[in-house]
Amino acid sequence: MGHETHVEVRTQAQYEYDKAHSRAHMRKQVVNFAIMIFLTFIAFAAVLADFSPTFIIPIILLLAGIQVVLQLYAFMHLEDRSTHMVGVIEFFIWSAAFIAFTFFVAFTTIIWWGNY
Amino acid sequence: MDINQKFTPQTWPKHPEQATLEGKNKLVGLWIFLASDTVLFASVFATYIALKDSGPAGMEFAARDLYELPLAFIMTMLLLTSSLTSVYAMYHMKNYNYSGVRTWMGITVLLGLGFLCLEIYEFYHYVHIGFGYTQSAFSSAFFTLVGMHGLHVVIGLVWITGLIIRNSSRGLNLYNAPKFFAASLYWHFIDVVWVFIFTVVYLMGVLG
Repeated sequence: MGHETHVEVRTQAQYEYDKAHSRAHMRKQVVNFAIMIFLTFIAFAAVLADFSPTFIIPIILLLAGIQVVLQLYAFMHLEDRSTHMVGVIEFFIWSAAFIAFTFFVAFTTIIWWGNY
Repeated sequence: MDINQKFTPQTWPKHPEQATLEGKNKLVGLWIFLASDTVLFASVFATYIALKDSGPAGMEFAARDLYELPLAFIMTMLLLTSSLTSVYAMYHMKNYNYSGVRTWMGITVLLGLGFLCLEIYEFYHYVHIGFGYTQSAFSSAFFTLVGMHGLHVVIGLVWITGLIIRNSSRGLNLYNAPKFFAASLYWHFIDVVWVFIFTVVYLMGVLG
């Protein structure tokens, strides 16, 4: 705490406006949640529907990817560009995702464990 | 300015979790931790994919017959819903409604506990039918991956419960707002990892 903390009293009008704004934002979050539930349903239904795995696997991985982006940007507030150092945060998270992808590719192609 | 200063809804900042330098630094630090945790989970995921269904000759356990989708589906719903309830808690934090924060964080903990009980039941069932940790390379990879996620859930539950208890008589201020926000970010991350677990482990496991 100290000099960098800036607190100001909002006027009643500004307060009402902010409150309405955050209520609207919460409604959007509920819609995001509904989309996530819907994507989960599709993923489970697609697997139970007995299509060919080579067709289903890319689709459920894509659905998982969409869900994760929704979580990161909506629920974890990365879409809020006023977040402190949001660019640094994004750099770290997407670098981690890239490294994760490298692990996945390396372990499934050049590691010999899978041959047993 | 005093760290325990009392606020009114009018003086409460729009971004209480980032109103102090400590809060800002805390959240950037937490995100860097989450990025490193992503890499940790990635290595265990990759190990699981490489070792899936492999084990000693004549191993009777295959992912296709082992997993039960209804259980995985209920666990997914519990964890997804707990993600939404922690969004509700952060919504009430913005409006300076402390009882709302506590209630929704409490519901988040209850949903997380439900998830944990189902996971313990699932592990117990697997060990009971002979699919223990040392049974095969497949079982070790499975329990390491899903168990590590379960450990994250336990840590998250202890964290949020501790926050609620420790701040029960303090009221909402700029000292604990970043703490609640960080715990909710961590909880969302647990859900992010679970999205990949139910896709890669359970759904792709059942597909064979």
